[in-house]
Amino acid sequence: MLSQESLQQIDREIAKYPPGRKQSAIMSALRIAQVEKGWLPKDVIEFVAAYLGMPPMAAYEVATFYNMYDLEPIGRHKITVCTNLPCALSGGVHVAEYLKRRLGIGFNETTPDGRFTLKEGECMGACGDAPVLLHNNHHMCSFMTMDKIDSLLAELESQ
Amino acid sequence: MSAHALILAGADADRGWRLRDYAARGGYESLRRIVAEKTSPDAIIAELKASGLRGRGGAGFPTGLKWSFMPRAFPGDKYLVCNSDEGEPGTFKDRDILRYNPHAVIEGMIVGAWVMGCTRGYNYIHGEIFEIYRRFEEALEEARAAGLLGPNILGSDFSFELFAHHGYGAYVCGEETALLESLEGKKGQPRFKPPFPASYGLYGKPTTINNTETFASVPFILKMGGEAFLGLGKPNNGGSKIFSVSGHVNRPGNYELNLGTPFPELLEMAGGVRDGRKLKAVIPGGSSSPVLPADVIMDCTLDFDAIGKAGSMLGSGAVIVMDETACMVRALERLSYFYHEESCGQCTPCREGTGWLYRVVRRIEEGLGRPDDLDLLRSVAGNIAGRTICALGDAAAGPVQSFIKHFTDEFIYHIEYRKCLVPLAVQDAGNQINASRPC
Repeated sequence: MLSQESLQQIDREIAKYPPGRKQSAIMSALRIAQVEKGWLPKDVIEFVAAYLGMPPMAAYEVATFYNMYDLEPIGRHKITVCTNLPCALSGGVHVAEYLKRRLGIGFNETTPDGRFTLKEGECMGACGDAPVLLHNNHHMCSFMTMDKIDSLLAELESQ
Repeated sequence: MSAHALILAGADADRGWRLRDYAARGGYESLRRIVAEKTSPDAIIAELKASGLRGRGGAGFPTGLKWSFMPRAFPGDKYLVCNSDEGEPGTFKDRDILRYNPHAVIEGMIVGAWVMGCTRGYNYIHGEIFEIYRRFEEALEEARAAGLLGPNILGSDFSFELFAHHGYGAYVCGEETALLESLEGKKGQPRFKPPFPASYGLYGKPTTINNTETFASVPFILKMGGEAFLGLGKPNNGGSKIFSVSGHVNRPGNYELNLGTPFPELLEMAGGVRDGRKLKAVIPGGSSSPVLPADVIMDCTLDFDAIGKAGSMLGSGAVIVMDETACMVRALERLSYFYHEESCGQCTPCREGTGWLYRVVRRIEEGLGRPDDLDLLRSVAGNIAGRTICALGDAAAGPVQSFIKHFTDEFIYHIEYRKCLVPLAVQDAGNQINASRPC
């Protein structure tokens, strides 16, 4: 179900916790699985639960509670825009509007070519860099302007 | 960053965060001295109490006192947890501490483990700053390789393991018991207190949780002495503190200042109000703290007691600045949406109430407000505050109550005239991307 490399990464996470506390690694394990699969299908969540020796329901609870897990297929590039107050005061809402126009999609939608998914995010803890957005959960883009959005999209389109 | 910088000293670029850099700045000297001299835990707690250090995560609880609550003689595992799950709108200091000075946090945690007899620790890092999580893991590797973490630290019989754990998008996990649930691999729903974590914490064992900045302050306090640290600030508000300034200022960012510094000095350091406009309002301690009008905040000093007296909270030191182009109804709509989205759903008043708050504020913002909507908002907010397991309920109610209290006219105008008091074109001018500040 998961590659050897992903399993090794999960094993390294498990080793952080005391014996018998493998469940503590569920957040990392789901993150690692999502990076490999692109999103978290039900059978992958169940596999991860079994790997950590926890009930599948407990793993679903985690996957559905934390909003960076994707429970439906998404585009190759997920762009999450912060529209919370500090970002909104610095143009965050305009960033979201500009992205919608450029990509021709709304929030929680994916472009027909499967390249981009747009999400509205909550505070990312980087308000001094406002407006900010996240690319595929793990890369933060700071001080966004229209020019910077254009070059980001051009770079991602070429990948 | 500031003339008073301790934690952020030299932190102006992505250099200088490695162990050798921290050591060159005198890092790990406090720990080496403690281990060599076998300093008693009581002596360290006394030093922390003398320093007046209060928790930097928002609640401002005295750190020395918190550390004294741990049952040191309790047999078996005891845990130490660092709360870097920084997701309160306006707060972004822990990100910079971990980015520029991760070893100060590590040293502070090792000292904490020495004092409280903890065998194992975790730093819970906000999921959205994943690049920082990676860096912290690298810093941990450096500390392990140098014999500062792991078994027999610096050749002594003291052992302590420390690991990084990441969140993945849930504001509520910044609440300490929700954070513990999350660390155990569960949904982050807060626990009822008591029992407090010092008696029933991670995996049911005694646990102490402190904020990133609190831990990072500890090595500096031990180096300069508690009295000297206290002297930086004012009585009951010891030391320096990092303020995160965002919103309508020319230079948003983190500024480390001595507690008790007048607010106008911070505003000046942040380059003043953007484009020379007039200050309208400031949220002084993160989105959960009540908003203060310009004339009130301009007379305040930045410390727990003064901001408290003015009717708000110093909180995490997250200062959100709004100028005259800001529509207060729209600002509140953003915040109410956030609390509605982030309610964990455990307590009915918060789960249902935050939805009511958001929907009513939104309809006022959209020009569909009704004459009795302000009373309705006050009633809903009053029925959330104080009726939930964790403070998130109060956090959701606070902004609504304070925005309506201080800017009543603006809300009434919105309801009566079905539009913003501040014309949309003016708002847009204030919130444009590509604004004049350098990026």
